[in-house]
Amino acid sequence: MVYEERNKWSALVVAFITTVAYVVVVVQTAGDQPLATVEWWPIMAWTIGISVLGSIVVSVLWGIIAGIFDPDGVGTSDQRDRDISRMGDRVGSSFMIMGGLGVIVLCALEADTFWIANVMFLSFALSAIVGGTASVIAYRRGLV
Amino acid sequence: MVKPTKVTNSIRTLREAEGLTQAELARRIGVTRQTLIAIEQGKYSPTLELAFQISRVFGSGLDEVFQYPGEQN
Repeated sequence: MVYEERNKWSALVVAFITTVAYVVVVVQTAGDQPLATVEWWPIMAWTIGISVLGSIVVSVLWGIIAGIFDPDGVGTSDQRDRDISRMGDRVGSSFMIMGGLGVIVLCALEADTFWIANVMFLSFALSAIVGGTASVIAYRRGLV
Repeated sequence: MVKPTKVTNSIRTLREAEGLTQAELARRIGVTRQTLIAIEQGKYSPTLELAFQISRVFGSGLDEVFQYPGEQN
């Protein structure tokens, strides 16, 4: 597995785990109350912070372990990595656009800020997860 | 399932004839070994520049290394 593929896997796994954890924490915090009553922003801020730091830490640790077995492959990337990254970004960006449109609709409907923020957050998360999944599939099955 | 490219190549045959390993050829054209494997297996279409670099290693023309079946019909 090449350096950039490890980074994609790290980001994908961390994005998936933190997104699921966010949803679980918000639902548990709400309990019997409506979801919109949850003070969402500290949970979201922690989730984003942990997600960014987590993907860096996992990638570095994985890189150290991989570097022991393949010292020449550490930190190297090439045209194929860039092509796969662009394809993954393209796939993921469609979810960002849908999220943006969702936010506009919710604003027009004067929805609670909870729903506006969470639609945007989930579109970021889906973008990362789906784009990352497309990238790791391309690494395994090919990109022509 | 990813649709395979119509472009085929003779990289593996040429590489073995030259006695080059995948790692050595990958190093000479400036890509990772995984990328070279993907190109050899038709799972990744190299850029034109990379295709020229590969051809140059073998001292061959592009059409000796890469083949496109449509042009023969």
